[in-house]
Amino acid sequence: MIKIDKLTKIFETPNGPVTAADHIEMEVPSGEICVLLGPSGCGKTTTLKMVNRIIPATSGKIYLGGEDTSGMDTVTLRRNIGYVIQQIGLFPNMTISENIAVVPKLLGWDKARYMTRAKELLEMVALDPSIFLNRYPNELSGGQQQRIGVARALAADPPVMLMDEPFGAIDPINREVIQDEFLKMQQELNKTIMFVSHDIDEAVKMADRIAIFRDGHLVQYDTPDDLLAHPKDDFVKNFVGDDRALKRLRLVTAESVMQTTFAYVKPNDTLAEALTKIDAYGYRDAVILVNDLHQPIGYVPKATAINMKGYCGEHYVGLKTIARTTDDLRKVASKMFTHDIVWMPCVDENGRLVGEVTQRGITHYLGATYQRDTSPSQPQPLHQAKEAS
Amino acid sequence: MTNQLKQTYYFVLLACVFALGVYLQGAGTIDDFLYYQEDIVYLTVQHIELVLLSGGLAILIAIPVGVLLSRPRFQKVAESAMQVLNVGTTIPTLAILALAMSFLGIGTVPAVFGLTIASLLPIVRNTYIGLKEVPAHLKEAASGIGMTELQMLFQVEIPNALFVIFAGIRTALAVNVGTVPLAFLIGGGGLGELIFTGIDLDEPIMMLAGAIPTAMLAIAIDSVVGAVSYVTVPKGCNPIRARQ
Repeated sequence: MIKIDKLTKIFETPNGPVTAADHIEMEVPSGEICVLLGPSGCGKTTTLKMVNRIIPATSGKIYLGGEDTSGMDTVTLRRNIGYVIQQIGLFPNMTISENIAVVPKLLGWDKARYMTRAKELLEMVALDPSIFLNRYPNELSGGQQQRIGVARALAADPPVMLMDEPFGAIDPINREVIQDEFLKMQQELNKTIMFVSHDIDEAVKMADRIAIFRDGHLVQYDTPDDLLAHPKDDFVKNFVGDDRALKRLRLVTAESVMQTTFAYVKPNDTLAEALTKIDAYGYRDAVILVNDLHQPIGYVPKATAINMKGYCGEHYVGLKTIARTTDDLRKVASKMFTHDIVWMPCVDENGRLVGEVTQRGITHYLGATYQRDTSPSQPQPLHQAKEAS
Repeated sequence: MTNQLKQTYYFVLLACVFALGVYLQGAGTIDDFLYYQEDIVYLTVQHIELVLLSGGLAILIAIPVGVLLSRPRFQKVAESAMQVLNVGTTIPTLAILALAMSFLGIGTVPAVFGLTIASLLPIVRNTYIGLKEVPAHLKEAASGIGMTELQMLFQVEIPNALFVIFAGIRTALAVNVGTVPLAFLIGGGGLGELIFTGIDLDEPIMMLAGAIPTAMLAIAIDSVVGAVSYVTVPKGCNPIRARQ
């Protein structure tokens, strides 16, 4: 857990004092990723760097795991905090294994232990130890270097990590890959992480909580979904973007919006039975057809069920696409737009039908949180007029 | 200098030496030359001693000075100190030797003193600049993962500045070898004895007997330092090895 209490930094400049961080108060619960977000010069990096005293705080306190850090000496404090920076900062004079083993060596581990650890970490960041252990940083691509940077920060297994725009210098394709890998690692490692970013999409993807900074102030500290759904003021609104409702799609999986009570037919059912089910469930268009393994293979349109006779297995239309329970809604919506459909079956990891996702279901789910904004005291039409202008 | 250029340089030099040898043998001067063999060996050893002593002292003094000047707490004095050293190099070496003689007398001591002073600047400057130019993010990473100042200096800063420091040592020693002959003028010995005596006696062979070994010594020392730097500078931050 990281707790920041009235943390303030005032820089003395030739033009007078500048307050880079003004009484910042926040708490990052254990095992969560907190993204500090904001435009340049908003104080997010200053706040991060005060935690490991790269920038000394003017006033205020920082607690790690409940312990006040102001009593610790700087070197001990830093060795207990993983630190990843945008420029990566691998030491060019050391091989990859030496770079990863730097902190363990400082802590006095024996050679066998830190070499094993280096191999373990290389595997964890998806690089082959037999190839990379003895290479030098300048022989690696930017993405590989930053993986090593993360591995180095993790070497001594610190409970807390600070990451200063760690993926900022990596091309967009590799950035996505590294972000995904990092999230996967974090699921096992459960580090408490402070992460500086200026990219709202990265923040939404990585964060359990987002802290928005402006001019040295912490403007809003919320979960990504609350931040996107309920931006506190115009600054936050602008910062998270006009498409903030769309960004929320990424935060929700198909599983949470799918309907689990639904009708389906089997190939051996007659079309009459299909029509009964369509009517019973009030479907407008069609009913899903599953095979013997309970995997969706198509659908029987209502018109077919009405006009034709025979078995469902003979008169179905093939499925254009399906959703997986683990897909986020952005992917689901994208599939809907691609195939011009308003619903699709949702399957588990074995491809078995477990529910159906509908456009209405999605909008209903996303819209639910806005209900709390609609209180009688707020003159709704005025609000809408403001939005429109 | 690229390796190719260097090879060409050595090749041309060898060819010149060979041509000279053929010419000299024809003119019978090789025998005259061999007449000085004993002197050459003795003075070369003396010459090398002077170079090693003054060069070694210069390295021992200059690197710590360069390191100190590059530390943040000396930031304010560093630039002015570098200026003073710069002014120091504009003083001709002969003048330094003369000054050294005037208060240390004649002999090896003032010669080594003068030569050491003359060799300091390139090493101090390169050490200082080399350390200053270690990228800020490397230092931030080093201190961010909990290195102490000394650990950072020895594990990160010096290894990354080593190539530039060696370049300074190379320059200093090259100048040093070329300056040692002047030490003869204040009784320091070395191959200058043959050169200056040869000039005074109008004996070109004698002069060459001092000049040629001096030149070869300069090349040899440069190659040795080059080789040491090639091996010592870590592969990951050695521009010469990176190119291969």
